[in-house]
Amino acid sequence: MGLDFTVVPGHLDIILLGCAWTIGIALAAALLSFFGGIIFAVIALYTPWIIRQPFRLIEWVFMGTPLLLQLFLIYFGLVQIGIDLPAFVAGIIGLGLHFAVYNSELIQTAILSVDKGQMEAARTVGLSRGQALRKVVIPQAVRDVIPPIGNNMIALLKDSALVSVIGVSELTLSAQRAIGATYRPFEFYLVAAMFYYAINLCMEWVQRRIERRISISR
Amino acid sequence: MSDQDHFVEIRYAQKSYGSLEVLKDISLNVERGQIVAIIGPSGSGKSTLLRAINDLDPLTGGEVWLDGVQVNKSLPHRQYEKHINEMRQHVGMVFQHFNLFPHMTARENVTMAPMLLKRLSKAEADKLAEEQLDKVGMLDRIDYYPSRLSGGQKQRVAIARALAMEPKLMLFDEATSALDPELVDEVNLVMKKLAEEHMTMIIVTHEMDFAASVCDRVLFMDQGVVVEEGPPSVVFKNPTKERTREFLRKHLAGAA
Ligand SMILES: Nc1ncnc2c1ncn2[C@@H]1O[C@H](COP(=O)(O)OP(=O)(O)OP(=O)(O)O)[C@@H](O)[C@H]1O
Ligand SMILES: [Mg+2]
Repeated sequence: MGLDFTVVPGHLDIILLGCAWTIGIALAAALLSFFGGIIFAVIALYTPWIIRQPFRLIEWVFMGTPLLLQLFLIYFGLVQIGIDLPAFVAGIIGLGLHFAVYNSELIQTAILSVDKGQMEAARTVGLSRGQALRKVVIPQAVRDVIPPIGNNMIALLKDSALVSVIGVSELTLSAQRAIGATYRPFEFYLVAAMFYYAINLCMEWVQRRIERRISISR
Repeated sequence: MSDQDHFVEIRYAQKSYGSLEVLKDISLNVERGQIVAIIGPSGSGKSTLLRAINDLDPLTGGEVWLDGVQVNKSLPHRQYEKHINEMRQHVGMVFQHFNLFPHMTARENVTMAPMLLKRLSKAEADKLAEEQLDKVGMLDRIDYYPSRLSGGQKQRVAIARALAMEPKLMLFDEATSALDPELVDEVNLVMKKLAEEHMTMIIVTHEMDFAASVCDRVLFMDQGVVVEEGPPSVVFKNPTKERTREFLRKHLAGAA
C-alpha cells in the first residue's frame, strides 16, 4: 500500500478549481461578514427597540444553532417560500451572516470603548451622528478589532468546507470527487489540507499588512 | 426676525442632573469680537455652561441665542438635529484633551468636516489645511498622525480643525490644562493671535494671567451661578465679592 502522490497531478485541475471556489466564497463571505458585522453593530447600539428585535432574532439563530443547519435552512428551506438561491450564493450568505454576528459582537464592544470625546469632537464641527459614526467612531472601533476579526476570518475559511454539503464544488468536495475516481483519500485530503493551509497563510499575511498600516497611525 | 441685541445671548440658563442643579438661571451676553473668560472652582458648572452654547450638554431651561438665531429652539426631533448640526458649524470648540481624530493626519483632521459638509474639492481642502495649519504654526507637521505630536502640537491642530469651519464663535474648555507647563505658551500664543483677529471667544480657564491679558471680561462662577463679572482689572484686582477674593487668593498664590 503506502502513499502514492503520482495520482495527484492527473486531478490537479479539479482541485485547483475547487480551490478557486473556496477562495471566492470565503472572500465574498468575509466581506459580507465584515460589513454586515458593522451594520448589525450599529443597529444593535443605535436603533430603536422595534427595529432591533428582528436583528436580535437573526443574531440568536446564527449564534445559537449549528452552521450546517443554517446552510440547510438557507439553501433547502428558503426554496419553500419561493427563494431559490444558487448553492454558492446560499453558502456565501450563510457563512457571511454567521460570522457577521460574531464580528458584530466584537465591533459593538469596540464602538463602546472609543473615547466619547471623539463623538463630541465630530459633532462640534457639525457632523450628524451618522456621519460621526461613519467617519470617526467606526473606523477607530474597527481598527481595534482587526486581530480578533482576523481570527474569525480564518475560522470562516475553515468552515467554508461545510458548503460542500449543499453541493458547492469547493476544495473539500473537489478532493472528495478526486478520491471517488482514484480511491486515494489520504493523498487528496492531504493535498486539500495543504491548499487550506496556503490560503490561511495568505490571509495571515494580509492581516499583518493591515495591522502594520494601522500601527503607523498609533 | 429676532429681538436679540447681542451676538451671543444666554438667558436664564438652567441645567439639572436629577436633583443636582448645575446651572441656576445664568444669563450672559457676549458681543461680536469680545473675549470672555470664565473662571471658578471645579464643579462650578463652567464646562456645562460652555457646552450648552453648542448644545453638547442641552439645557433643561433657558435659551441660547447666537447671532440672532436661537440655538436650543424647540423643533421636532429631525428638524432639530438638522438645525443643531448647522448651528455647530458656526461654533468652534476646543477641548481639554484635544480629541483629535487619531486615525487621521493633521491635514485630514482639519479637512474632514469641510470636505464632508461644504463639499470642498481635494485641492481646496489641501489649501485650507495648509492655511489653517500654517496659522497655528503646524504646517511642517501637516502629514503627521496625532500620536507623533506633542500635547501642545495636538492642541494647535485641534484649534486649526475648529477654525477650518470658519466659525463665528470659538469655545475653549481648559485648552491648556492637560499640557505640560512648557507647552502652554505655544497654545496661548495661538489664542492671542485669534484675539488680535477679533475672533469672538469664550474661554474657560484656570490661568488667571492669561485671562487677564487677553480678555475683555471675566466671569467668576461658583455653584452654578455667576458670582461676579466685569473687566479683568476689576475682577482680578478689586473683586467686590468675598467668594471671588477667596478663590483668587488660592489660585494666585500658586501663580505668584
Ligand atoms: N453627566 C453628568 N451627570 C451628572 N452630573 C454631572 C454630569 N456632568 C457634570 N455633572 C456635574 O455638574 C457639575 C458641574 O460640572 P462642570 O463639568 O460643568 O464643572 P466645571 O466647572 O467645568 O469643573 P472643572 O473645573 O472640574 O472642569 C459637577 O458637580 C458635576 O459633577
Ligand atoms: Mg470643566
